[in-house]
Parts: sequence; C-alpha cells; structure tokens
Amino acid sequence: MTTAPVAVQPIPRGTLAGRVGRRALDWVPALVVLVLVFLIWQESIAVFHIKKFLAPQPTAIASTFWTNRHELISAGWFTFQEALGGFAIGCGLALVVALVLARWRGVGRALMPYMIAANAIPIIAFAPIMNAWFDPFSKGSKMAIAAVLCFFPVLVNTLRGLTSVRPQSIELMRSYAAGELETFRRVRIPTALPFIFTSLKIATVLAMIGAIVGEYFGGAFTALGVLIDSRSTTFQFKEAWAGIGVACAYGIAFYLAVALLERLTLRGVPSTDD
Amino acid sequence: MSVVEIKDVGKTFEGGTTALEGIELAIGEREFVSLIGPSGCGKSTLLRIVGDLIRPTAGTVRVNGKPAPQARADRDYGIVFQDAVLYDWRTVARNISLPLELARWNRRRRTGRVQEMLRLVELGGFESHYPWQLSGGMQQRVSIARALSFDPALLLMDEPFGALDEMTRERMNLELLRIWEASGSTIVFVTHSIAEAVFLSTRVVVMSPRPGRISDVIEIDLQQPRTAATREEPRFFELVTRVREALHLGSDLDRKLAAPAAEAQP
Repeated sequence: MTTAPVAVQPIPRGTLAGRVGRRALDWVPALVVLVLVFLIWQESIAVFHIKKFLAPQPTAIASTFWTNRHELISAGWFTFQEALGGFAIGCGLALVVALVLARWRGVGRALMPYMIAANAIPIIAFAPIMNAWFDPFSKGSKMAIAAVLCFFPVLVNTLRGLTSVRPQSIELMRSYAAGELETFRRVRIPTALPFIFTSLKIATVLAMIGAIVGEYFGGAFTALGVLIDSRSTTFQFKEAWAGIGVACAYGIAFYLAVALLERLTLRGVPSTDD
Repeated sequence: MSVVEIKDVGKTFEGGTTALEGIELAIGEREFVSLIGPSGCGKSTLLRIVGDLIRPTAGTVRVNGKPAPQARADRDYGIVFQDAVLYDWRTVARNISLPLELARWNRRRRTGRVQEMLRLVELGGFESHYPWQLSGGMQQRVSIARALSFDPALLLMDEPFGALDEMTRERMNLELLRIWEASGSTIVFVTHSIAEAVFLSTRVVVMSPRPGRISDVIEIDLQQPRTAATREEPRFFELVTRVREALHLGSDLDRKLAAPAAEAQP
C-alpha cells in the first residue's frame, strides 16, 4: 500500500523573473491612473484658470523640485532619520510590552485600559508638549512623537498574533515537554510574525507623519516639516508641494523596505496580502 | 509491564460536568487499543489525561511505570491530533525535526532521523515542501512521522483520520498498521468509526457518556498482519456487530429509543 509521491502537485512557484514580470504587469493599471490624474490636474488648471499659487501644475512642482533637489532631499533625510529613530523606539517598546502582556495576562488586564487611553491622545496636541519636554531643535523630540504614534498599532497587532495560536499547537509543545520560552520562540513568535509585519508597515507611514507633525511645532531649519511649513506660510506653494512629494517618497521607500524585509523573513509562508 | 495503567480515573470540569468516572484500564506493550464512543463520552479527555495535557480529578495514570507528568517530561509518548497541527512556516523536514530540536539532538542525528521517518511514512522527496503544499492525508502522515521521530514507546492518536475522506482513511489505516508493525510502539487510538476501530485494534474499549465510563472491552482476534481483505472476512463483520451492540447498550439515547412506551407513561 504505497502512494506514489507524484500524486501531489506542489503549487508551482515559478521563476523569480517570471514573478517579477507578473508583478510589473500588476502595476500597469495603477500607473495608468497616476498618469491620468496628473494629466487632468495639469490641464484643468489651465482650462479652469485656477490661480497657479493655489494648485501649481505637476510640471511646475517637478521643476521646482529639481531646482531645490539638494535642499529637499537632505531635509527629507533629516526628517527620515527622526522617523526611523521614533519607529525603532516605538516598535521596539511595543514588541517588548506585547511579549510581556502575552506571557502575563494579568499585567495586560491592569495596563491595557491605559494603553487604549494613551492611544486616544490627539497627536497634534501632544507634539508641542514633546517639543517642550525635549529640545525642539533636536531629533529626539520628533522621535518621541513618532514613537508614540507607532507604539499602539504594533502593540495591538503583536499581542493579537502572539495569542492567536491554535490551542492544539500549544498542547503539542506541552507533549514535547517544551517550556514557556521554547513555546514562545518556536510557536508564538513565528505565528505572530505576519501580524507584526503588517503593523510595522503601518508604523513606517505613521513614523513619517509623526516626525513631520512634530516639526510643524518647531524644529531645526534643516527639517522637511519646517521647510514645508515655512514655504506654505509665505505662499511658496510650489516649494511646499515639492516638499510634500519628498515626504511621500521617503515614506513609500520606508514602507517598501519593511515590506521587502517581510518577504525575506516570511519566505515559504503563504502570503496573505496579494 | 503495562505501558499505560489507568486506575480509578475521574475528571470533573470546573462547573461540575463529570466527564469521566471510575476508569480502569491497563494497556500492554505493542497493543493497539481503540477508545470508541459517542460524542461527550470523554474519550478524548481520557487520551489527554494519559498524555498529561489535562489532570484527572481522581485516580492515577502511569505511563511506562511513571506518573503521567513524569512520562510527559521524559517525552515517553508522541501525539497526533485530528488536524495535523503542522507549523506553516516550517518545511516538512523541519516539522518532523521539531521534537528532536527540543530534545537537543545535534543536526546530523536529526537529519538522519528525518530521512528515516520520511521513508517510514513514504514521503521521501517531500522534505523541503511546506505543509500547505500537501494533501490532507500527506499532512497527517507528516504529523505521524513527527510523533514517532523521537521513538516514543507510546503513540496517542485523537481521531487522526476523522477529517479525511473514506478512501484516504482506509489507505491511512493500512499505512498505520504497517507503521505500528515497523516501529514497535503501543498505540492508543480515539475514533468515532466502528469499522476503523475493529480493523486496527487488538482491543476496542467501548465508552458510554454522562458520565463517561468504560462500558465494554472487546478483544479483536482478527489475524495479524491485517490486509485490505480483512475487511471482508465474516469474523470482521461479527466483531463490528459486537462493538455496535456494545455501543448501543451503553448509550442512554438508544435505551430511550428502545423503550418509547416506558418514556411516554410516567
């Protein structure tokens, strides 16, 4: 009574080039939309006689960017460093707290209401306070704001992941006489990884927003948020738009970097997001 | 020496439900014992008590002559559930080697044993597949290979083929007998299926519900080794009938059905 191994067809994984090719095709509709939006934007400003300083044409923004590219990119880099620092602090803390809460549920019951309350703090109101607590011209004050924004989504998702293990997986580990630490290492954390990466991707964008919002309430003159703020208050909207574009570009790059890390870490695990 | 010795075991859950009462059972080396009974008769609970996954509220369980918690700590048994419970992020080979990693086997020994196990369950060539790339029957075979990888004296199986279709199930029954033969282990097997219990077992333990207790123990004297033809022997049908009757006698639902008049007149 043997079963020939050929009876099962493993799901074809395809070559890397093939997958990239399919991916490129997947992007076509989105690119078409982008081009259309820019075309309509560009043309309607001329057609409807919209004042150029209110909504500059994409081409004008692009040329402004090009002229100021060194200043914009280095301002963006400065802000990105703040975002990255805040991301590391906020996500790192959230991961540690989630592990503690998953291990000692009683601690969770005691602390969770306050975590939820902390999450309800409007970040706009919080930013000036952080600037007061820490030196507003340092990166630290912006990192604090970004960290606060990142903390909660990562905490909630990680905790969810750590506790969504099937009871039988835990029974199995018990049957192997595995301790608590082994069970976390070999079952709970691997189960939580997809949840963790989802929240880390959310946190990348939040970290950029946090850093820029913080800079609106005062920051170094080399920071992107300060630059956008000062240009818009002086009606240099082309410059402000170019700054926003740069902020988006850094945010997207940050997101993609974490998404790539996710792909590399979760190789073999069936992907849930495509 | 008995591999499993259950003495006067009872289990009452918080809230007062009595799942098991007065269970006495001794299982010898190389036996294949099935626990069969309707839902709620506590057969899975009994299996979990043997594996020290839950504690009894009365009585004692010894495995390999040791108290059940000690036997679990010594990794004296392997367990297989209805779901294969494979870890999605591990390949077939790494799923099988998980208990070996926990027992701190070195890499070379692990690789050797995984290959041996893959041959035993006839999954050679699938070591680098992920669980989701396998059929249900193959996943369950990986799960069996994992349970046997560290060579436990006892294999506990909780309706392992319950989720499989009839064809696959019959094939897996034969596979399991072959594995039982080759590994020399003792098996305690929980099932809903009368035919499966009779076909596989050396003894069938019939349980009745509310509270769960053993209502009959039936020796299965079918010739070893069993083959597909065993299912067509007259003796097989006789034993199936015996188990079925024992099950119905033990079930109060059937007692009610058998005597509807008595129920109707207070």
